[in-house]
Amino acid sequence: MTDILLIALAMSLLYISIANRLSTYLSILVFQGFLLFGTTFLTLTEISTLNLLLIMLETVVFKALLVPWFLNHLIKRNHITRIAEPYLPNFVSLIIVTLIIVATIIMSGSIDDKNIDKTFFVVALSTLFTGLYLIVTRKKIITHVIGYLIIENGVFILSLAVGNEMPMLVNLGIMLDIFASVLILGVFFNKIGDVLKDPDVNRLSNLKD
Amino acid sequence: MIPLFLALVLLISVLLYFNKNTVINYILLGIFLAALIGFGVYEYLNLNVIQYTYFKPDALGILLLGVLCVVAVPVIIHGGRYIEVHNVDETAKSRGLFFAAMVLLISACSMAYLSNHIAVTWIFVEITTLSASALIYHHRNIRALEGVWKYVFICAISITFIYIGILFLSLSLKQAGISDMSFQSLYDNSNKLNPFWLKLSFLFIFTGFTAKLGLVPMYTAGIDAKDKAPAPAGALLSSVLMNVGFIGIFRMYALIAHTPLRHWADSIMIIAALLSIFVATVYMTRIKNIKRMFAYSGIEHMGLVMLGLSAGGVGVYAAILHVILHTLVKPTLFLQYNQVYWVYQSKSIYDVGNYFKYNKTGAILMLLAFISATAMPPSGLFVSEFLIFQSLFQAHSIVILLVVLLLLTMIIWGFGSNIFKLLFTPPTNMDESAVPRISPWESFSQYVLLALAVYIAYNPPMELVNLLKEAVKLVP
Repeated sequence: MTDILLIALAMSLLYISIANRLSTYLSILVFQGFLLFGTTFLTLTEISTLNLLLIMLETVVFKALLVPWFLNHLIKRNHITRIAEPYLPNFVSLIIVTLIIVATIIMSGSIDDKNIDKTFFVVALSTLFTGLYLIVTRKKIITHVIGYLIIENGVFILSLAVGNEMPMLVNLGIMLDIFASVLILGVFFNKIGDVLKDPDVNRLSNLKD
Repeated sequence: MIPLFLALVLLISVLLYFNKNTVINYILLGIFLAALIGFGVYEYLNLNVIQYTYFKPDALGILLLGVLCVVAVPVIIHGGRYIEVHNVDETAKSRGLFFAAMVLLISACSMAYLSNHIAVTWIFVEITTLSASALIYHHRNIRALEGVWKYVFICAISITFIYIGILFLSLSLKQAGISDMSFQSLYDNSNKLNPFWLKLSFLFIFTGFTAKLGLVPMYTAGIDAKDKAPAPAGALLSSVLMNVGFIGIFRMYALIAHTPLRHWADSIMIIAALLSIFVATVYMTRIKNIKRMFAYSGIEHMGLVMLGLSAGGVGVYAAILHVILHTLVKPTLFLQYNQVYWVYQSKSIYDVGNYFKYNKTGAILMLLAFISATAMPPSGLFVSEFLIFQSLFQAHSIVILLVVLLLLTMIIWGFGSNIFKLLFTPPTNMDESAVPRISPWESFSQYVLLALAVYIAYNPPMELVNLLKEAVKLVP
């Protein structure tokens, strides 16, 4: 069952690579948040109930509802156009994300560690690299933020792989999630929208040598 | 003592933020400095005693904490001067936020030095990002916004990378059946760790910390940050904050050095170091913004430090000494830069010149700081840099040594031509009536820092040598 959820998550990566509209990106973030909720519930069977509740609350409330809602609010408030504006055609993006997934599968073949479920490793790393790929190939600042949130989802999956032995690390990951999201979205929300009427990454490229 | 110090720091920063009275502000900063120095002395007296499970002041931590205490005093004094001079657009609130962020940044750095657990280091690295971004955005204009946005975003990615590295480290522990992730336990069990996970872990943690240390690939955020931050904050970002990156990489490298993976890690570090020195050379020979030039000079020095560390032998000693001396020298340049800006009101090399005429004490200091930062004798950095070259020679890395020497020559040329333009060439259109008179006392603390760097390098006190020798022992 965990495998099904994780594979669905990997498939959502393929979908996000060809998505055109920002609203699709947000729906995928919501979808991934719920998938993570399910995975957490099925994976972390050995930790205390209170901790599990906290982690699941974070996935649903924070990842799946609060952050996408907030991004949607930002898009409306700042009148950001609905198109994602990639630098590369969608077809190329699809091929590259597929290659990322294939490469991580091949890489996982070289692990000789009986203790770890390789699906976690593959899905986590491909989510991570897809997030990085989205950051470098999309023009808008808001898509960079979405790319970063996808990286965080990947990291969260990885932390679930060791979650039963070291719940402290999962909690640290949650702290990272909240801290970085609040910091990034805080800067984005409060400042960029106010100072620039049109929050476009092109306007933030004056600092160079 | 650590919870007490942290509680005091929190209290002071909250009070600084809400307080509107200038005198009380300075009194609070004075209390903070006294507490910081007292804390440093206390930790030195409790060398190698584990405190509250997660903190252990080992030799390297104490060295960096000591040098932080030395640098913090002039930085805070100049921070006060900076706020006074820029009085037009300062409010009590912006001043309070500036000092509160500075106090938090300094304390978070000192805690990161002392931490005995990689996750604890990581938490304090997050706090440094938070407080540094408040400092960078001090001027509230669009360029500062761009600087802080890039800094926050890249640092967020970098701390995510460090976190991934910690996860991989825990995977390598999982197989060995260890759950204690303190550095000491990692060193003791290094032979049981799974090499595959350890490699991945090192790659991610190293990449993550390069954002703080200022190496290829993630150095970019730091450059914009040091350029846009007020100069006293830039002095902190380019010295004590870089040391946070150094200590993170050093502790991870010390772990790898206990295993057969050491040569692999060495080659990774050499590649990153060479690329960093190359990037620094490219920018420094054509750069026209004085503050960015200082920032790139830091990239070059950290590249050299990594080379020393990877060469091993005397190189490790030289690398740590280089970091300490760099922490003393680099803030001098940034603090002195303030006076240059008061005279010319511009950062561009095209608008400056004939500095000797406007501020004699400052100009002599600028010359001395240039000599120090480029590691020409009698600069203190000359000693450590020479030792790094010696270690490269002993490690039979002649080609690397030659390439680095060539690049360093070009850096000195680029750095020198800009500094000499600032000092001697007459400026093109200069309104001399607007030049303020600058008291020589403004440069006093910078002279002290430079002299201290020379003194430490040529005549190191016995305690310092002992600490250095003990710190070197962390890498077998």
